[in-house]
Amino acid sequence: MAGAPLLSVEGLETHIATHAGTLRAVDGVDLHVMPGEAVALVGESGCGKSMTALSVMRLLRPPARTVAGRVAFEGQDLLALEEAAMRRLRGDRIAMVFQDPMTFLNPLMRVGDQIAEALAQHRGQSMAQARQAAVEALRSVRIPEPATVARNYPHQLSGGMRQRALIAMAVACRPALLVADEPTTALDVTVQAQIMRLLAGLRRDLGSALLLITHDLGLVAEYCDRVYVMYAGQIVEHAEVGALFRAPQHPYTRALLAAALPPHRRVAELAAIEGQPPSLLSPPPGCRFHPRCPARVAPCDRDAPPLFVLSPERTARCWLHARSPADAAAS
Amino acid sequence: MGPSLLLYTLRRLVQAVPLVFVIILINFALIHAAPGDPIDFLLGSSDATEEYIAQLRAEFGLDRPLPEQLLAYLGKMLSFDLGYSLRFREQVLTLILSRLPATLLLMGTALVVASLLGILLGAVAARRPYSATDNVATLAALAGYSMPVFWLGQIMLLVFALHLAMFPTQGMMSLRAPREGLGMVLDVAHHLVLPVATYSVYHLALVFRLTRVKMQETLALDFITTARAKGLPEGRVVYRHALRNAMLPVVTVIGLNFGFMLAGSVLTETVFAWPGTGRLLFDAIQARDYPLLMGLFTVLSVMVILANVLTDVIYALIDPRVVYR
Repeated sequence: MAGAPLLSVEGLETHIATHAGTLRAVDGVDLHVMPGEAVALVGESGCGKSMTALSVMRLLRPPARTVAGRVAFEGQDLLALEEAAMRRLRGDRIAMVFQDPMTFLNPLMRVGDQIAEALAQHRGQSMAQARQAAVEALRSVRIPEPATVARNYPHQLSGGMRQRALIAMAVACRPALLVADEPTTALDVTVQAQIMRLLAGLRRDLGSALLLITHDLGLVAEYCDRVYVMYAGQIVEHAEVGALFRAPQHPYTRALLAAALPPHRRVAELAAIEGQPPSLLSPPPGCRFHPRCPARVAPCDRDAPPLFVLSPERTARCWLHARSPADAAAS
Repeated sequence: MGPSLLLYTLRRLVQAVPLVFVIILINFALIHAAPGDPIDFLLGSSDATEEYIAQLRAEFGLDRPLPEQLLAYLGKMLSFDLGYSLRFREQVLTLILSRLPATLLLMGTALVVASLLGILLGAVAARRPYSATDNVATLAALAGYSMPVFWLGQIMLLVFALHLAMFPTQGMMSLRAPREGLGMVLDVAHHLVLPVATYSVYHLALVFRLTRVKMQETLALDFITTARAKGLPEGRVVYRHALRNAMLPVVTVIGLNFGFMLAGSVLTETVFAWPGTGRLLFDAIQARDYPLLMGLFTVLSVMVILANVLTDVIYALIDPRVVYR
């Protein structure tokens, strides 16, 4: 892929201070998103994918804190930006859609006003103009009778409608990058498909890039161009979607795919990944996946594997890809 | 929302009527269960004959059976006749109405000052929990919360009125102060400072602590992250999004506190010789003035009920999720 990336994350480390010690929620993550591209960040609960998204947006709350790394967006280092400058980008050039539409809307504010706020803030519009634009934003996410819905409070809307309203809020200022953190997890299956199609359509219309945080491989296959697989705070595999599904190169990815077979191939019993994800307070030595890995080899429980570059758009953090034992010994 | 809110208010008021009736019954029962008799007080230590006592009792209707006394009282209440004060020799209603403005002024000022200040301080403290400012405020609130009103009032008097002579020691107006216009307002305001300060300390501490906790909880909620993700300035996030949500339980407590403040008015008004209903209640209890006591209890109860209805209406105004039923 040519040209400069829209978003590029390098060596991102986000820690959470707990009573039991420092939890390395994000431990050296590298990823990039090209303009207009749809990229997935996949992994099981607690692997650090949401923390990565919040770190990029700089929306972490104490005790979570980004301690190292670089987040370049449209040529600026977000982590070095003044809070006021970051605020100007947030909700304007880079916007976020959240997981649970029930709790991410303010219950005491009219839906239209919650959208208008962002427009008034970034576009310098009067509240009256912004309200008008908010109705248009609601129309753009295919909400019927947008003028009525704009005057409603969140509790008067269904879950799907609320998620549409949250999306309208995020796209109101036509962001270059949309970060969606499990946008369909809290919704009914039928509504999930509608929301994903809506996101895909908006992305085409606005030319926005999408960073989709999800654990649903079905969504990844259908809506994304590239995918990063995350495990225990690290990226373990990165590939174009087709290549990843055809030939996963990391045992964890293979296990994930086996656990999420398409319906027509579903067997009597789903393949679960044995064991528990490791504690991020004290990750196991060597490869973090080795205690659960069926393909474990000699150095796995001793040396942490680097991210091996298999081809320009393909990496995997696994000793199976060491070209020689010397390669393994070198790191 | 307009007409339905009005209907809701009316309905809540109608619902309050049986409550007032029950309160009158309880007041009546309570007072007659207490030992002592107004005639004893009227006569004092003078040696009255049995005959004279009986005559007095008949005159005031105290010789009739209890149910009959109650029925007579209820009948009069319906025509707003609260009876005649034995101690002050005046109509109870006239007496209460002449004292009510002073109490409402004192309480209203204290309630507004304490609520506004408590909410503001609570919101500021919640933004930086466990900072030096927060710790000092929390400690001060704890002290204010546990300080007895009568003691605090006397200390205030000693320090600011007697020792520093910054404020008057008692009453609501000076003898030679103007009785109208700005001069009167300033004079009354000068007299208000110490009683309001004494009166509001407890309430201020309570509202502060509640607001602080609720704000901290609210600031951790998901929709606050949404507000920040929109790129809103921190002030708008805190005061527009968080504070309004945190206010819901605070409004309820402020409303409930109205009753406690009325009860507290007895102490404050007595310490500062404030010419309000609290002092009147104190005098009525000392004189075992049944008609005045019952009149006061009834009027004060009605005020507490009205305050609760008002609280419900304000709550409904803030929270669109309230169902008008």
